[in-house]
Amino acid sequence: MKKILLPLFLGTFVSFSQQEGLSVTGNVESTFQYLNEDTLIGAKQPAEKAVLNNYALVNFTYKNIRAGTRFESYLPHLLGYPDRYSGSGIGYRYAGYSTEQLDFTVGNFYEQFGNGMIFRSYEQRQLGIDNCMDGLNLRFRPVPGFEIKTVYGRMRYSFTNGDLVNDPGIVRGFDGYIDLANFYNLLAESKFKLGFGGSFISKYQKANHAQYYMPQNVGSYGGRIDMKYSKFFLNAEYIIKENDPSVDNGFIYNNGHAAYVNVGYTQKGLGVILYAKSIDNMSFRTDPNAILTDLNINFNPALTKSHTENLAATLYPYATQPVGEVAFQADVFYKIPKETKIGGKYGTEININFATSYRPVRHVSTEHGIDLADSSRVVYKTGLFEKSDSLYYRDINIEIKRTLNKKWKVGAKYFHFNFNNNVNVVSKDAHGMIACHIGVIDVQYKINKKHSIRMELQGLWTNGDSTLVSRGSGSNTSSYYVVNQRDKGDWFIPAGV
Amino acid sequence: MKKLLILPLAAIAMFAFSPSTNDVIEPGKKLPAVNIKDMAGNPINTAEATNDGNPIIISFWATWCKPCKLELNTIAEEYDVWQEETGVKLIAVSVDDQKTTNTVEPVVNAAGWEYDIWMDPNGDFKRALGVNFVPHTFLLDGEGNIVYSHNNFVPGDEEVLYEHVKEVSVK
Repeated sequence: MKKILLPLFLGTFVSFSQQEGLSVTGNVESTFQYLNEDTLIGAKQPAEKAVLNNYALVNFTYKNIRAGTRFESYLPHLLGYPDRYSGSGIGYRYAGYSTEQLDFTVGNFYEQFGNGMIFRSYEQRQLGIDNCMDGLNLRFRPVPGFEIKTVYGRMRYSFTNGDLVNDPGIVRGFDGYIDLANFYNLLAESKFKLGFGGSFISKYQKANHAQYYMPQNVGSYGGRIDMKYSKFFLNAEYIIKENDPSVDNGFIYNNGHAAYVNVGYTQKGLGVILYAKSIDNMSFRTDPNAILTDLNINFNPALTKSHTENLAATLYPYATQPVGEVAFQADVFYKIPKETKIGGKYGTEININFATSYRPVRHVSTEHGIDLADSSRVVYKTGLFEKSDSLYYRDINIEIKRTLNKKWKVGAKYFHFNFNNNVNVVSKDAHGMIACHIGVIDVQYKINKKHSIRMELQGLWTNGDSTLVSRGSGSNTSSYYVVNQRDKGDWFIPAGV
Repeated sequence: MKKLLILPLAAIAMFAFSPSTNDVIEPGKKLPAVNIKDMAGNPINTAEATNDGNPIIISFWATWCKPCKLELNTIAEEYDVWQEETGVKLIAVSVDDQKTTNTVEPVVNAAGWEYDIWMDPNGDFKRALGVNFVPHTFLLDGEGNIVYSHNNFVPGDEEVLYEHVKEVSVK
């Protein structure tokens, strides 16, 4: 981090009006930051001293017709946004027509096929991600339980000098899904539910490379299935991407794959889910030279719990390695029933989560049909769920929450992380595996109907991350505490130990 | 050493970033029509939400959102009483994307919530209502007019919400 930031104002409001069938919805958001110099952490104040992002979204609906627009301004952009973001103007606009059977949208739209492993366009404003499509989107539901979606358009790359900038590449594709529970009521009465679908996405890119022949069109396709029987469920998806040389994969011509399976059981007071995922060479962008979060056509979800505690969520986040990984996760939710000896009057909630991911095996010998000397640029072979012993990431965590009475709520959490910092870089100065323990105690006391106090104590101990080694102690352990006290507002009393 | 100092700053920044709370009471607006699904996979047209002329609470939430779950758990403790007194129904709209969408049902079941659950993984309903952050809660009167909305949650907000529910309840 180069700068220290001090956000002073942020407002969101939603406003409505309705007149003769015309409905208007929207929101406005402004984020202003005044940046200070801080010599302790080497933060310099930029020339502008302050930064401001503004957004105003307005949606109009009149009978079956929809239209909307979003004004954006970056004066200049907040920290974390790409430097090419600048100016004020319209960054999103669409018009469409919707009926029970059809949604027709021209202009900007967000869409997703299946789990998003083949196609997902979405906005995550807080992270500065927006790969909105610009073109045509159809969703057609000829009969209940059957839906076809098509996308055709270009993807948002930037917002520069007040203008929306799309990448010249074109993304087109379709997705179909049949849900047999609703499709002619085939399984309406049955305890067994079944749905399945298929997707196809193709990108057209005007790409040249000094050394290699670049494909102008790259296809990706796959299918998915969702099953449910009584309290058991299973969801699976498998996607293949054809050869797509890019900066991400080092301009190799291997096909890529993404497979995702989860099975689970759920009933009142209990939920168990097991996940498995195998990803190889699945970076898929409209421009083969794009990097960072730019121009992603697909999205590879990480198989980890989304942590909400500051230390666990901000210090050591994990993102899927699109180059390749084999990952597993187990998630157990249990509520010890209320009015029992162990559960207490209000019951006790327990959540145990285990997540891990490994490097896939890559066969490079001629036995596996790989000849590195040939001109194919297919440089290795790997199979579905073929994992090596090389650990990328492991997260074991347990969370217990209990309401003691109308006044008191308590919670305790423990996290244990192992990170391979050589692969998933969470710390600049560390090498190899980082082990980290985090403990959190959370107490809430309700003073009266409108006031309550919440206190949170977080502690972190780590091995292997020199940036967190405590000052002068010479040991390889450090601790860090945050106390959060809250009464209709938020403030922290932080302290480093 | 450097990181030690960044952390509290980042923590402060994160909290200062959470959106300010604004209550909007401007009646007359109805829910936009968006085609999504409920947790069981049945198609839902959001404009057709009904509760026999009784109020409806629409609460946008996600499995990874701590204040959202706090809000829904807090209301769950009082939900029987609320329903009995006002006939109100709560629809919890999950904005979980594919990373967590499969955990919605186990989370709901484990928590023992008696709410209707709608799924908005692509954010269509969220965008149509102009929701940026979760939790964001709307109150509809018996005719389907949006009479109150509120974002973020701290303990005590449920009491304010319930005051508004009682105002529009016809029971």
